[in-house]
Amino acid sequence: MQSGAIDCDIHPSVPSMAALTPFMEPYWREQVAVRGIDGLDLSSYPTHAPDAVRADWRIAGQKPGTHLEGLRRNALDGFGSCLAICNVLYGAPALFNRHFATVLARATNDWLAAEWLDREPRLRGSITVAPQDPAGAVAEIERRAADGRFVQVMLLASGDAPLGQPAFWPIYEAAERCKLPVGVHAGSTYRHASTGNGWPSYHLEDVAVRAQAFQGQLLSLVHEGVFTKFPTLRFIMIEAGFTWLPNFLWRANRTWRGVRAEVPWVDRPPAELIRERVRFTLQPGDAPPDAAGMERVLDQIGSEDMLLFSTDWPHWQFDGDDPFPAGFSPARRRRVMLDNPLATYPSLQQVTA
Amino acid sequence: MARHVIAAAADIPPGGRKIVTVQGREVGVFNLGGEFYALLNRCPHQGGALCLGRQVGLVTSSEPGRYDYSRPGEMLKCPWHGWEFDIRTGQSWCDPDDLRVRRYTVQVEPGEALAKGPFVAETFTVSVEQDYLVVEI
Repeated sequence: MQSGAIDCDIHPSVPSMAALTPFMEPYWREQVAVRGIDGLDLSSYPTHAPDAVRADWRIAGQKPGTHLEGLRRNALDGFGSCLAICNVLYGAPALFNRHFATVLARATNDWLAAEWLDREPRLRGSITVAPQDPAGAVAEIERRAADGRFVQVMLLASGDAPLGQPAFWPIYEAAERCKLPVGVHAGSTYRHASTGNGWPSYHLEDVAVRAQAFQGQLLSLVHEGVFTKFPTLRFIMIEAGFTWLPNFLWRANRTWRGVRAEVPWVDRPPAELIRERVRFTLQPGDAPPDAAGMERVLDQIGSEDMLLFSTDWPHWQFDGDDPFPAGFSPARRRRVMLDNPLATYPSLQQVTA
Repeated sequence: MARHVIAAAADIPPGGRKIVTVQGREVGVFNLGGEFYALLNRCPHQGGALCLGRQVGLVTSSEPGRYDYSRPGEMLKCPWHGWEFDIRTGQSWCDPDDLRVRRYTVQVEPGEALAKGPFVAETFTVSVEQDYLVVEI
């Protein structure tokens, strides 16, 4: 399959802490060894869970997502993608020790550059940062921005505080200055309940409630005034789904019209801000079963610019060779696979031009 | 289009309002600092009695945490869903180009002039000593 797509979400995985220590200062190498620190995978996809890797992509004896040849074969060649953006889900954003968090974020980025980006020219990366240490996060963004292969700053959808709040603004200021969008990836620090009603009992509840976290973050970004304060900054909601948008956008607009005086800096309807400034990856989606249903959803969302192609390799979100649900014509596919990603990530334009 | 005498000017002091019925239509008449404005008492959204809503100021902002408050009492919030309308223009704040409430011209006329007609004063007697509010509907 030769699609020329830009895959906006794939997941190389850190095999173990031993892969990252070469990128740490001696003090931290020793700390990792003395304290036996390892296994800081963000456990959205536990290694042995069925959805951690698609069955036909599993490589015996290999931790999912650790094999470059597997990535080339299944993610790049398999879908004919010309570029793919690597989102590494490892522990830096979740640590309480902000100093080590920043060290780990930096090591994760160094490792991604050396072990993946240097070895495969079709790969791009997201900058892992530790938002617990805003100054360290800013320094890391500035350090990576010179390397055009890093195309966005990545944050988790469920951290310690709503993402619109001013504690995060130094990160946004740096991202905007460096012309990098901010990707918000599904995932959590796993110390706050996954629902607004407290901890659910079952794993399936954690999975099904995920859109709620993104909805909360979108409301926070809009109403705290992030889009007003940073007029060119864009956000990408990664693994958020998107078919819930019509109801959500309508409700956000309805509420704003009635009580907008509480947040006068939101001087446009929230749906208009979100359509202009926020993008969503394709997989995993909650698509209706037929083309007519998708047509209605896209019509109600009111924009065809918002969707970005993604496979979520190696996670098991769909079967077969086609990541698109029903309702995507060739012209619409082209927008999602190429036009929209290029418009979203300025640094990709230089490569494909 | 006829001109209707709807109240004595002194009946609606600055900051005050009065709901009147003219040719079967309810109209809210507002006095903003000595200037009179009249709006149809029907919200263009879903038909709420807009002119019974709370009068508030206009708040705008150029950045988070900043509140620029002006024109106290010149915005009208619909009692049903809280949408704000500019009493002077009838425009909604949320969608000023496409969503506005019907407004009518109000003029202050001396009772002496009104006595000559052609005006309709349906509910009260006009006296030559007072000024009156005249709405064109």
